[in-house]
Amino acid sequence: MIQSELLLQAKEVSKYFYEPEKFKVLNNISFDIHKGEFVTMVGKSGSGKSTLLYLLSTMDTDYEGNIILDGENLTLKTKEQLAAIRNEKIGFVFQFHYLLPEFSSLKNVMIPALKLGKYAKEEIESRAYSILEKLDLKDQALKPASKLSGGQQQRVAIARALINDPKIIMGDEPTGNLDSKNAAIVFDLFKHLTTEFNQTVLAVTHDNDFAKASDRIIEMADGIIL
Amino acid sequence: MKNYKHNINSEIAFIHLISKKKQTMVAALGVTVGIAIFIFMNSLMYGFEVYSVESLFKSTPHLRIYKEEHISQPLIKTSKTDLALLTNPKITKESKKLINPNLIIEALKKQPEVIGVTPNVSVNVFYNNGEAQVTGRTSGVNIEEQNTMFQLEQYIVEGKYSDLKANQNGIILGVGIAEKLNVRLADNISVTTAYGVSKVMKVVALLKTGVTNTDKTLSYTNISAAQQLNKQGASFITDIYVNINDYETAKKLIPKFKQLSGYEVEDWETANTSAAAANKIRKMMAMAISFSIMLVAAFGIYNILNMTIMEKLNDIAILKAIGFSGKDVIRIFVKEAIVIGLIGIAFGLVLAILLVKVMGNMWVGGDIGFFPIRFFPKFFGLGIGFGLIVTTLAGYIPARKAAKLDPITIFRK
Ligand SMILES: Nc1ncnc2c1ncn2[C@@H]1O[C@H](COP(=O)(O)OP(=O)(O)OP(=O)(O)O)[C@@H](O)[C@H]1O
Ligand SMILES: [Mg+2]
Repeated sequence: MIQSELLLQAKEVSKYFYEPEKFKVLNNISFDIHKGEFVTMVGKSGSGKSTLLYLLSTMDTDYEGNIILDGENLTLKTKEQLAAIRNEKIGFVFQFHYLLPEFSSLKNVMIPALKLGKYAKEEIESRAYSILEKLDLKDQALKPASKLSGGQQQRVAIARALINDPKIIMGDEPTGNLDSKNAAIVFDLFKHLTTEFNQTVLAVTHDNDFAKASDRIIEMADGIIL
Repeated sequence: MKNYKHNINSEIAFIHLISKKKQTMVAALGVTVGIAIFIFMNSLMYGFEVYSVESLFKSTPHLRIYKEEHISQPLIKTSKTDLALLTNPKITKESKKLINPNLIIEALKKQPEVIGVTPNVSVNVFYNNGEAQVTGRTSGVNIEEQNTMFQLEQYIVEGKYSDLKANQNGIILGVGIAEKLNVRLADNISVTTAYGVSKVMKVVALLKTGVTNTDKTLSYTNISAAQQLNKQGASFITDIYVNINDYETAKKLIPKFKQLSGYEVEDWETANTSAAAANKIRKMMAMAISFSIMLVAAFGIYNILNMTIMEKLNDIAILKAIGFSGKDVIRIFVKEAIVIGLIGIAFGLVLAILLVKVMGNMWVGGDIGFFPIRFFPKFFGLGIGFGLIVTTLAGYIPARKAAKLDPITIFRK
């Protein structure tokens, strides 16, 4: 395999929780992810997968070590800069669906793009529609997000993560709430994006089939990578 | 990269406001109540202050120029070593007279802060009708000038103030005097003074200022009649009354007017020490109360807006997770707070108008009549400014707190 471009790097990343007592949840974690890779992360419950993903996605800045994304050391960035990086370069799908309940599915998908301001509104809207269509959600587009089923909400969240063509898509069990049919749709979509568009995906999963079909598996146990 | 400004912050703020209409209205109502009470209480207190000052100015000028009464000095100077010289010091009568009053009046009229000047001949008198006798003070005035300066017309309850001009021996009596003497319009009374002068005068009008003490003692006559009562000639003037554009500045003008006239100058506060002291206390109380109301209203507004934002904490975390910065979050919530503030203020102004109207229609009776509350545009202006500042801060402070947090910190709460 041709050595492709380095995209995401964790360098000796450690994190502590102080409540209820001091506890090292991540212990000197280092790994690389290259452009175009479809990486899955597995490990038993409580091993620190979500915690690590929050650090990598810049949503938690309380850690030791360095995280480098697309050549930029995220550890040195201000919160405002990190917000802009999240907006432009990272698409994140939460373990639990986090949508803005007062907005329609379509609006939820469009908002990161409207924030980015790279395209005109009409363009963003048609892009959002086409992503929703791929995820079999076109008929739900105008419903308020709070009126969707759990699985539908999760797919809207995936669509939202894709809208800005991010450098990397990170998902914390993105298919956790989905039936096998929809999980397959999402998996195929990720696969398609990585192979056809050189997109990079890092997804936490408990689904062994899902993991096995990815390019690489990172296994975690008790705050370290095996 | 092409850059489009999508104003997504405003859109989010707008959707938040309209999708929770009830909550928006409750928050706005909190602002409404705060603003209305703020304006109402201030109007109430200031109304009373203005009322009491105005009733003072029904007969007192802002400044009065007069000659200090001198004790007569012994003609032979005594030195310490000599025998003491017994004297009988008296207040000289001639000493009350202002020399060249017209010159002083002309000079005063040229001052930019002066809005009215009129000469006055003051004399203590007895009003008599048959057996009945009332002591008081008559003021010899140029009735037209007096009317312009003191709005006499407003307080005339019977007759016409201008009839004084046509009748050299006319007198405008306070209603309290008329009642005691049992006289009516066009009746004659006799007016006597300590100088042994007695004049028969015809009641041409009755005056009711509403200040009981004034109405029981004060009368107005022509200057010439008052000069006769003083047993003095046509150049005799005891006081010059001066009104200025802002009565609060009266004290500061004393030295200037002293120099200008060469005589003593007394401001209204010194002339009415007890009324002025009461006024000062009222003012301080009003300020203290006004400040407390502001605090209470501000706290109420802050609380309700703070609550509204705290309920949106999860939305804030989501927005931050998808790339909105802390500044964006602050902008969104300050916008929401300002809209809530504007709605609240608008209703608050309406409510304040209603409250002031209702209160102003309440009859208190006595010297006061209707409750002395009025519309003071300045309090409406202050209310708007105060409301905007408080609502903006009430949006800004909690939003800034939330904006500083990592999105995950919020989700974990
Ligand atoms: N806010 C917190 N404060 C203290 N401890 C925490 C906190 N969040 C997570 N932990 C602990 O950190 C460890 C790792 O949690 P994390 O959520 O990363 O696990 P996970 O691998 O994602 O598990 P799962 O597969 O169940 O989602 C767990 O032991 C958990 O109890
Ligand atoms: Mg997890």
